[in-house]
Amino acid sequence: MPCAKPILLIEDDPVDALAIRRALNDTNVGDTIVHASCAHEALAFLHSCRSCRPTLILLDLNMPGTDGLTFLQVVKGDPSLRDIPIVALTASDEARDIARSFDSGVAGYMVKSPDYKGLLETVRAIQHYWKLNRLPASLT
Amino acid sequence: MRDSRPVLLVEDDSIDAMTVQRAFRELKVTNPLRRATNGEEALAYLGDEANDKPCVILLDLNMPKMNGTEFLRIAKADPVLRRIPVIVLTTSSEERDVVESFRQSAAGYIIKPVDYRNFVEAIRTIDVYWTLSELPLEKTEDAHAMCQANTAD
Repeated sequence: MPCAKPILLIEDDPVDALAIRRALNDTNVGDTIVHASCAHEALAFLHSCRSCRPTLILLDLNMPGTDGLTFLQVVKGDPSLRDIPIVALTASDEARDIARSFDSGVAGYMVKSPDYKGLLETVRAIQHYWKLNRLPASLT
Repeated sequence: MRDSRPVLLVEDDSIDAMTVQRAFRELKVTNPLRRATNGEEALAYLGDEANDKPCVILLDLNMPKMNGTEFLRIAKADPVLRRIPVIVLTTSSEERDVVESFRQSAAGYIIKPVDYRNFVEAIRTIDVYWTLSELPLEKTEDAHAMCQANTAD
């Protein structure tokens, strides 16, 4: 099985997931995308394939079951996963969510734009920034 | 950057510090740039109530007295300072530096481009990203709100 390092998108809303995937493709950066529709599914993926750890995680916060913030704390508390950068991509612009996310080690907090053009601009900035970054060799 | 708070540059090399300042001016980044020349000085700046807390920190790694890795470890263990995003900006491409920085929740690890034009482009990319990204308030600013929310719970 080929092991292209993907971006892991964690998003429970199918419409939002479709729009974000479309934006990630429309920027033509060529990232592979793995979609998990809940934190549980994302954790199962992270533990199932040690050799294809994602290069970046895009994380929704408001999800049923384990919410995004709890997922963030679990990953950042796991020595085998904590070096994976996680960017919040959420509808919430509440100061409390922003503060708790940064307190828990998020590497960016983007509010989902309601229109596609804005979403594309956000996704492009995320991809551009993380391409500039040097990431641990295990993620690239 | 998203708001008008200062950016704290932790950098011992005067020429690199001037290059960042010049790139800010060229890109019309209006945030005041504060500078500390090592980790100790940065912690002293952050601990001084008279200073505005920065919205983000740009951190060199190889510095005398207290290096960037040590500073990052202390800042991220501090309940007040840990929420400030720290972007490593360094010449080091050593794998152990990269891994350790991300393990300590660095919000980026960018190798300083040697060429000035590329340096400006790197600062532009950082600025665009951290203008789109929400930034946390200072701990003291949201303490009141948190306290009220907890009482309501």
